[in-house]
Amino acid sequence: MTTAKTINLNLKVWRQNGPKDKGRFEEYRASDISTDSSFLEMLDVVNEKLTIEGKEPIAFDHDCREGICGMCGTVINGRPHGPEKGTTLCQLHMRHFSDGDTIAIEPWRARAFKVIKDLVVDRSPLDKLIQTAGYISANAGGCPDGNAVPIPQEIAEKSMDAAACIGCGACVASCPNASAMLFVGAKVSHLGLLPQGKPEAAMRAISMVREMDRLGFGNCGNERECEAECPKEISITNIARLNREFFKASFFSSVM
Amino acid sequence: MNWFTSSFGSSIGKKLLMALTGLCFVLFLVVHLAGNLTLYGGGDLFNSYAEHLHSLGFLINISEFGLLFFALIHIITGTFLFLENLKARPVRYAVNKTGGGRTIGSFSMPYTGLFMLIFIITHLLNFHFVDKTNTTIYDIVTNAFSNPLYVMFYVASMVVVAIHISHGFWSLFQTIGFEHPKYTPFITGLSTVLSIVFGVGFGFIPIYISFIV
Ligand code: SF4
Ligand code: FES
Repeated sequence: MTTAKTINLNLKVWRQNGPKDKGRFEEYRASDISTDSSFLEMLDVVNEKLTIEGKEPIAFDHDCREGICGMCGTVINGRPHGPEKGTTLCQLHMRHFSDGDTIAIEPWRARAFKVIKDLVVDRSPLDKLIQTAGYISANAGGCPDGNAVPIPQEIAEKSMDAAACIGCGACVASCPNASAMLFVGAKVSHLGLLPQGKPEAAMRAISMVREMDRLGFGNCGNERECEAECPKEISITNIARLNREFFKASFFSSVM
Repeated sequence: MNWFTSSFGSSIGKKLLMALTGLCFVLFLVVHLAGNLTLYGGGDLFNSYAEHLHSLGFLINISEFGLLFFALIHIITGTFLFLENLKARPVRYAVNKTGGGRTIGSFSMPYTGLFMLIFIITHLLNFHFVDKTNTTIYDIVTNAFSNPLYVMFYVASMVVVAIHISHGFWSLFQTIGFEHPKYTPFITGLSTVLSIVFGVGFGFIPIYISFIV
């Protein structure tokens, strides 16, 4: 961590005009970057300069900038969301870099995530997974009484831990096999652990795994890179639970 | 597709096949190592162990076919997984860095696997598919390990086996879903212990033999 007030950096940024473009790295200099700024604010400063020079600013995804929406994310020197543990890119501060550092910035790389422009990738495959079965059906009736359905504290906690997933896709980006198992494991766990999610658990596990395979994600190799890079520190215990749910559904339920 | 093919054809299903066949190989290695330890008892003990083993007849044949069948499943499924995983990231990263999850074992699984396949074929040609008339298995073994090149190849192969198992063993339980804070630390610990036991246990035999002959 640097104590300097401002730092200068050399950036190597992936630039790609569109999905069809081949893309290449371009080098930029980021001067007088406040160490209190976030990584995205640093990119804002660079973009401002590019705009003034009449050049195309670097496209990158972002929204809340407070680590809760899951919109941001690029690979910084080979690490999704940068080198800090449990941190989204928007919450990564420049004080973690040193004056004169060279920073390589690349988009998420996966067959399932097409590059739209520069650092922006299409993460709609994650939405498709949710649409497939990442929900519960509650079609009728009034609101049940609170505590009418008893849920042990431990189960509620586990479900909440899984529900912390913000759908950023860093797990896919960090996985050596570009697998989406942590994301799917988180969804299957957060819904399936609770009584409200149980009736559709078998259907959910089978449909989501099939959709995941169809979308072109890779196969989990238990390399644990996803849990190391996940900004919400979702554990691979959720992947083991997904495996269990999938076997239960495949071999012990009537879902085909 | 019926439920059977779609279950085993899915990404998790293929991993299940890898896990179950892998577990069988670990169990086989335990038996194999226990048998090999008779080598330290000298030629007579080892030869009589081999004789007893082969007197099991039909049981041995079934086990051999079982292992061959599992090996085919493990190799074919593993190849599919490897190729699919390559395809899942057509454009690679310019900078690769681990977040701390990967181990030597986990990142080298396909390569250590391929190396082991080559080793197993050599091993079977050396000691299984050989003419055993007018000689004993002990003589064949001591003869082979009087060649330092063989000793080196065998020891290196056992290091590779140890690396493969260091990830494979705990990983197979994770895949099966046999995972809980109560016993997962034991399984990961056992993974390391097993890989050392197999590596040292099998790896020291060629060295020992080359010293006594
Ligand atoms: S599991 Fe973690 S890394 Fe993956 S999408 Fe959810 S929050 Fe992002
Ligand atoms: S911009 Fe919302 S999580 Fe980073």
